Amino acid sequence: MTKMSRRFFKGMIYAFLIFLLMLSVVPFYLVMINASHSSFDIVTKLNLWLGDALAENYRTMQTHVNIWRGFANSLLISASYTLLTGYFGAFVAYGFAKFDFRGKKILYGIVLASMMIPSQVSIIGFYQLNLKLHLLNTYWPFILPGIASASTVFFMRGIITQSIPDSMIEAARVEGCGELRIFNRLVYPCVLPGIVTMCIFNFVASWNSYIGPLIIVSDSRKYTMPVMISMIKGLYLTNYGAMYLAIAISVVPIILVFCILSKYIVNGMTVGADK
Amino acid sequence: MRQRKGRRHTVSKSRYGYFFIAPFFIVFAIFSLYPILYTIFLSFQSWDGLGLVNSVGVKNYERLLKDEVFYQSLWNTFRMWMMNFIPQILTALVLSAVFTFHRIRGMRFFRAAFYLPNLITAASVGLLFNLLFDGDKSAMNHILTKIGLLEEPFAFFNSTVFASGLVSYIQWWMWFGYTTVIVMAGITTVDSGIYDAAMVDGATRTQTYVKITLPMIRPTLIYLSITSIIGGMQLFDVPATLTNSLGDPRKSILTTAMYLYNQGFRNHNYGYASTVSAGLFVIIAILSALCMSALQKKEREGQ
Repeated sequence: MTKMSRRFFKGMIYAFLIFLLMLSVVPFYLVMINASHSSFDIVTKLNLWLGDALAENYRTMQTHVNIWRGFANSLLISASYTLLTGYFGAFVAYGFAKFDFRGKKILYGIVLASMMIPSQVSIIGFYQLNLKLHLLNTYWPFILPGIASASTVFFMRGIITQSIPDSMIEAARVEGCGELRIFNRLVYPCVLPGIVTMCIFNFVASWNSYIGPLIIVSDSRKYTMPVMISMIKGLYLTNYGAMYLAIAISVVPIILVFCILSKYIVNGMTVGADK
Repeated sequence: MRQRKGRRHTVSKSRYGYFFIAPFFIVFAIFSLYPILYTIFLSFQSWDGLGLVNSVGVKNYERLLKDEVFYQSLWNTFRMWMMNFIPQILTALVLSAVFTFHRIRGMRFFRAAFYLPNLITAASVGLLFNLLFDGDKSAMNHILTKIGLLEEPFAFFNSTVFASGLVSYIQWWMWFGYTTVIVMAGITTVDSGIYDAAMVDGATRTQTYVKITLPMIRPTLIYLSITSIIGGMQLFDVPATLTNSLGDPRKSILTTAMYLYNQGFRNHNYGYASTVSAGLFVIIAILSALCMSALQKKEREGQ
């Protein structure tokens, strides 16, 4: 290729990348911009820069829907769920990585297979279970399953196998350390960085989950963020600016977390997938 | 004596293995396995959610096989999955080739930005695109009339083709960045010495990519296809929040997951909803198996 045509080719590549970048980012930009415009502005013209109705939109939104309560509810669920996945993911992975027992292969096969189970198809049974256990309108149905997070077990098993030598555990046993203590004091702190990576994903997944809270929670004071957002239109609000603002509030925390942690997120994702 | 002590030691250790894995299986049995088994049981019953459960034999299944809405929902789901998955994998293959073979300034930034939509709450995304397109005075109608692509505002959500296409677009938009990252991870496992050898033999970059890289990352592509079809056939959040959650216009974006939700939690037809679940489960199993065997067959032919 001549220098000219190579430059042209490179230019085409950048144009393509920038085009995709626009597609990825523009919807979020429009949300932020429209959140600061009055409903009238939004329906009468195209807004590309910040307006002055942010405070008014905020007041309108607050009188119709208590978005911060949804925010707090979602935070409570996601934080508890994430802590459970982190601790028990490593706990169970340690059992599979460092002990030999009968049926281990089959049991680990069940863990792997459970990742492939389409969860949406058992929602009727899930609803009936929680009805029977009197867990409707509580958060336990979304928090407790964190103890059985198959992807975290899978991921942590790899890390524990690689980074914890058997001799270290043996040494602790000789010292008279109990098995549970070995895990809590020795293994868990060693693999904490890996746990944190996994927890980012578990947090995002829990924060975004929609159909579970939709069927289990009917008390509007206990709505999670996604359920609240999905009911905003028609049910509570007709003001566009306020609706855009509500979406912005639901989206901004994730974008902020992503900007801070994107390095870990993009690298962490690939660990389990390339094997 | 010593030996016996040693053996006893391993026995007690292995018991601790069960102790460590027990929490997973207890919670899995309650919150995953029981719901599946109960859904299967309920698919042979009728239950309104409050009263008694009555056995109806295979009547629900007879109804399912004749249910046109069920078939339509399956077709909708599959169509919207296909229309998003093919562009998605093509975009990911092109992007990962670009990122692997060209030195792109800001590559990490682009990759991270493309991945961002994947992290956003799907329910928010649904409402967002609803607001952007719904009505004569929506943001998209303003943009398109301003730049002259449209003469007058278009009623996007009256068009079945548009609504279905928009769901596919949103799914593509949410997932192409993720797929790119995974494909690139697959590519990094390929030994780069193999490229040098191909280059020495006079192969172009494109030839190298298509003939060498793609066959080498087949396991990654199988993983992506299977997980995508399992997720795609359960599609719920985006189409349920994009329009009125009944799949309108004219049920064009009614997915099977939405249909079973509506049968259960709107019509309180929990028995029949379970039957729809069972039907969907069978379809997902068949499609995953087909997908797996198609890709493995190619592998055998290729060798």
